[in-house]
Amino acid sequence: MCCRKSVGIWVYSVFVFLSVYWLINMSFKSNVEILDTFSLWPQPLTWIHCWVIFTDPSWYNGYFNSIYYVVLNSIITLLVAPPAVFLPTFFQFYSSVGFDTHIAVALAHCLFSVPLAVWVLEGFMSSVPREIDKTAFIDDNSLPRFFIRIFLPLMSSGIGVTVFFSFMFCGVERLLFRALSSIEEKPFARPMIRTIGASGVDWGVLAVTEVLTIIPGILVSTLSVIMR
Amino acid sequence: MNKTQNNMPWFLVLSVFILVMFSAIIPLMTAVNYSVQDIFGQNTAHFVDVQWYQEVLQNPRLQDALLRQFMYSGSALTIEIPLVIVVALMMPTWGAMASLTLIVLATSLLIRWLVIGTVCQLFSRADIGLVGHVINSLGIDYNYANNAIDAWLIVVLMDVWHWTSLIALLCYSGLRAIPDAYYQAAKIDRASYWMIFKFIQLPKLKGVLIIGILLRFMDSFMIYTDPFVLSGGGPGSSTTFLSQTLTKMAIEQFDIGTAAVFSMIYFLIVLLISWLFFTTISQLERQN
Repeated sequence: MCCRKSVGIWVYSVFVFLSVYWLINMSFKSNVEILDTFSLWPQPLTWIHCWVIFTDPSWYNGYFNSIYYVVLNSIITLLVAPPAVFLPTFFQFYSSVGFDTHIAVALAHCLFSVPLAVWVLEGFMSSVPREIDKTAFIDDNSLPRFFIRIFLPLMSSGIGVTVFFSFMFCGVERLLFRALSSIEEKPFARPMIRTIGASGVDWGVLAVTEVLTIIPGILVSTLSVIMR
Repeated sequence: MNKTQNNMPWFLVLSVFILVMFSAIIPLMTAVNYSVQDIFGQNTAHFVDVQWYQEVLQNPRLQDALLRQFMYSGSALTIEIPLVIVVALMMPTWGAMASLTLIVLATSLLIRWLVIGTVCQLFSRADIGLVGHVINSLGIDYNYANNAIDAWLIVVLMDVWHWTSLIALLCYSGLRAIPDAYYQAAKIDRASYWMIFKFIQLPKLKGVLIIGILLRFMDSFMIYTDPFVLSGGGPGSSTTFLSQTLTKMAIEQFDIGTAAVFSMIYFLIVLLISWLFFTTISQLERQN
């Protein structure tokens, strides 16, 4: 039984990783090799496409922009969703809202992440026993003190899950970027379109950009698994 | 000493309420506003009552898109739910392998949706993709860019690849919550593997699975980026689903009145289904 199980999970992992493998494979091939031959590993290995990304600021700035949005959204969601009254903080954010700012895009993402976070956190909150509330009252804790010192630590694992979720849903979305950002605040996904030109698609560069966008995700999931 | 009733915590909800107001309710009311008016430039609007609603409900293009949407969500769910249970049961429960599997499974969830589409495209194209090359070398004529059935298969497969992990992770944490004592008792009774699944694991998974099905249904019902990038809604309009039809109408044709009506109907369908799921969940909780 045990053997069959681990074989099964290996098969599934291969299914998940097969397309990622193909992507990495392509990002180290030359375009000629991609189009003309079929090879399971790059022959010869080339770094041309990586150079294109790392030497052009319009490429790597987009990369930083995306990370900035995602972090911002996770922070707002966390500030608002465990309903800690951080209202002043929010109003500071609110007053600086405008088109083509990082904050506008991040705020728009709250549309998805806040309700989801409330939903996820509610489960964790209601699992904290009622008695703790009463004990804290007997010990004469004020509400903010109770919230920060007792309640939040008790549901810290829930907060971890919420960060994962808000990162997931913000970091992966595209439509809102397109609607709310013009030139300055372009996330990484926008310049990707440039790989499609009149002479065809620059498959190699496209593959490298994709590999690069996958890396932060893997880092986050690794971190949350380690902190588990 | 009894704790006094304290209504202060209601204020804690305020921040969420204001944010949701700003990001959800006001935009929704804007759509309501558009749906009953014919808007020209220069802020001149003309009240048209339910004319847009009548037009939209009779539009065959939208009816087809709705039908395709249900087919898509249905086929994605029928593949994913059994697969999810199998994967969750197979996942190792401790040690380095457990962590590694968690990371592997989380990978597809943390890839941008735009990239998901292109990854699948590079992977499955008939000319440069691994799938395309393998299938074609088997002698089967495959090209998802001009064959509707191939396109459907690839789009559904992409959904399975992308989203199975999410529900599998939820189910996995549901399974971890079963105390060991249950399994020990089952061992004493010499229960078969199937019996353990049927009487211990499945009842525990029920709640998580329903939430998972709800999440998956919603996501697949609102899917936009994945098929848009992979197949562009084609060939023809065979993989053009509701949201893509909507964006075409609203952004490309700038047909704001009908698009607003469309989004209202879309919203109502989603609301109805969420309500159905919600009542099912609360019924289940009451039974427990």
